[in-house]
Amino acid sequence: MPRTALTGTRIRARRNLRGLRQAELAREVGISPSFLNLIEHNRRKVNPQLLEALAEALGVSADALIEDQDGRLIEGARAAAQRSEAAATELERIDEFTSRFPGWAKVLAETQARVERLERVIESLNDRMTHDPYLGEALHEIISAVTSVQSTASILTDAEEIDPEWQARFHRNILEDSARLAEGSVALVNYLDTVQTDEAGLAAPLEEVEAWLTRQGFHLPEIEQGLTDMDVLVRGQVELSSEASRVLAQSWLAQFAADAAVLPLEAVSDALSDTGLAPEALAARFGVPFDQVLRRLALMPEEVLQAVGLPPLGLVICDSSGTMVFRRAVEGFRLPRFGGGCPLWPLYQALQRPHVPLRQLLLTAGRLGRRYLAYAVAAPITPPAFDAPSVLRATMLIVPQPAGAAQAEPAPVPVGSSCRTCAQLECIARREPSILVTGA
Amino acid sequence: MGKRVLVIEDEPNISEALRFILSRNGWRVEVTADGQAALGSLSADPPDLLILDLMLPGVSGFDILRDLRAREDTRALPVLMLTAKGQAADRIEAERLGVTRFMTKPFANADVLAAVHEMAQT
Repeated sequence: MPRTALTGTRIRARRNLRGLRQAELAREVGISPSFLNLIEHNRRKVNPQLLEALAEALGVSADALIEDQDGRLIEGARAAAQRSEAAATELERIDEFTSRFPGWAKVLAETQARVERLERVIESLNDRMTHDPYLGEALHEIISAVTSVQSTASILTDAEEIDPEWQARFHRNILEDSARLAEGSVALVNYLDTVQTDEAGLAAPLEEVEAWLTRQGFHLPEIEQGLTDMDVLVRGQVELSSEASRVLAQSWLAQFAADAAVLPLEAVSDALSDTGLAPEALAARFGVPFDQVLRRLALMPEEVLQAVGLPPLGLVICDSSGTMVFRRAVEGFRLPRFGGGCPLWPLYQALQRPHVPLRQLLLTAGRLGRRYLAYAVAAPITPPAFDAPSVLRATMLIVPQPAGAAQAEPAPVPVGSSCRTCAQLECIARREPSILVTGA
Repeated sequence: MGKRVLVIEDEPNISEALRFILSRNGWRVEVTADGQAALGSLSADPPDLLILDLMLPGVSGFDILRDLRAREDTRALPVLMLTAKGQAADRIEAERLGVTRFMTKPFANADVLAAVHEMAQT
């Protein structure tokens, strides 16, 4: 059915919805039933005055009867129908569908648009994986170097004697290839980082917020000055490319502003000078919850932390399901981008014991393991209520420990980032094999 | 006099390692990085076995394999293809073109030797 012929159909649908007969509606707007019949069958045009009268009689706005208004819905429904053989037979009734069920038609059109958007994203990611010449080249280079190192090292460790000249040559080859491997790996990591930054639109809202806050150094002076209109801060920020990420950023900023209000920058700086990093002492001094102190500390300006001899601090917040809802990475302590973290993190231990503050020395798994002191606590974010589920939120502050510092503490707990990339093979909490060692 | 193997591989350190382990196992090893040039000599004087890298500059391992299988004197030449590209599509293409064995890099020396030994028997 041509698009120009939709107004009459829409009038007929609205009339039927209201349970009016043609004669009744025609009488109300002062035209003959036969003329209305012609209009409803899209054989006569409707002038603006008559359209207003019909709209009033039908209890809708004139706009609702103008055909172009529903064009987007019709196109969306048509696009969805064309993807489904099942709906093909009803395509001719598309205008009737969008007129009678504009709400459902809107849902269908939006769903269709979303499907198309996601398909484009998948296509683009797939294309990058398959055809990105740089990525292919870089991986080829790395695999070649690894092959050479493995094969040559295997010869050198072989029980059989090797001529000294060959031995020297193989040593040289391994040195060359390991340098090539190191360069290739760094180049690849840098490249992947750039790709992620360039294509912020493909990232999840949490990643966009993370990227934006990283650029700000996780500190916004406006919040210290009592700014309450968070929209001003998030509007027009390149990293926050989606509405979802802007909404998420605003909600975190509101939280940080509330934290700053009860833990003012200057007072916290003074307290840090007095007591050093002691979140429990700060919570008591300011009479605020422990998790609020942890958040506030992680978002202090770097120069304030530096002044009291502290490095930048990391922060992870997760909900009751263990899903990370906020991340501030800290050097050497990797936070997985997808899936859950290490089950041994105090973050997750805290979920088992709400309100109990935890403090634990951690050692990251692997050859270059580093020590971190973690503080964590879980607290409900839902008001107390009977017969309703309670939702917890756990917060963990990550404090890098100086290398070689004397450790009077109990032995650190070895932890990883996520099982998939963890070198700690014998682990009670392992949920899947590691790709680092098993090649799984 | 041992059997003769030609290695077409553009990574010199990998070629060197292959040359060493194969020589130590009694093979006479020739190495080249130039696939195009190797095509001529292969036909004139075919070796007993060919180890062929897939990604070579200029001409690919697939091109060489296709050419070899089209020629009468190299149609049955045992070919071990080595590649850093481990995708199923490459393996399927190699098999379609008549590869004898297909191995992905990085490889274990012992696996290469075992494969070569097995191919030389048939």
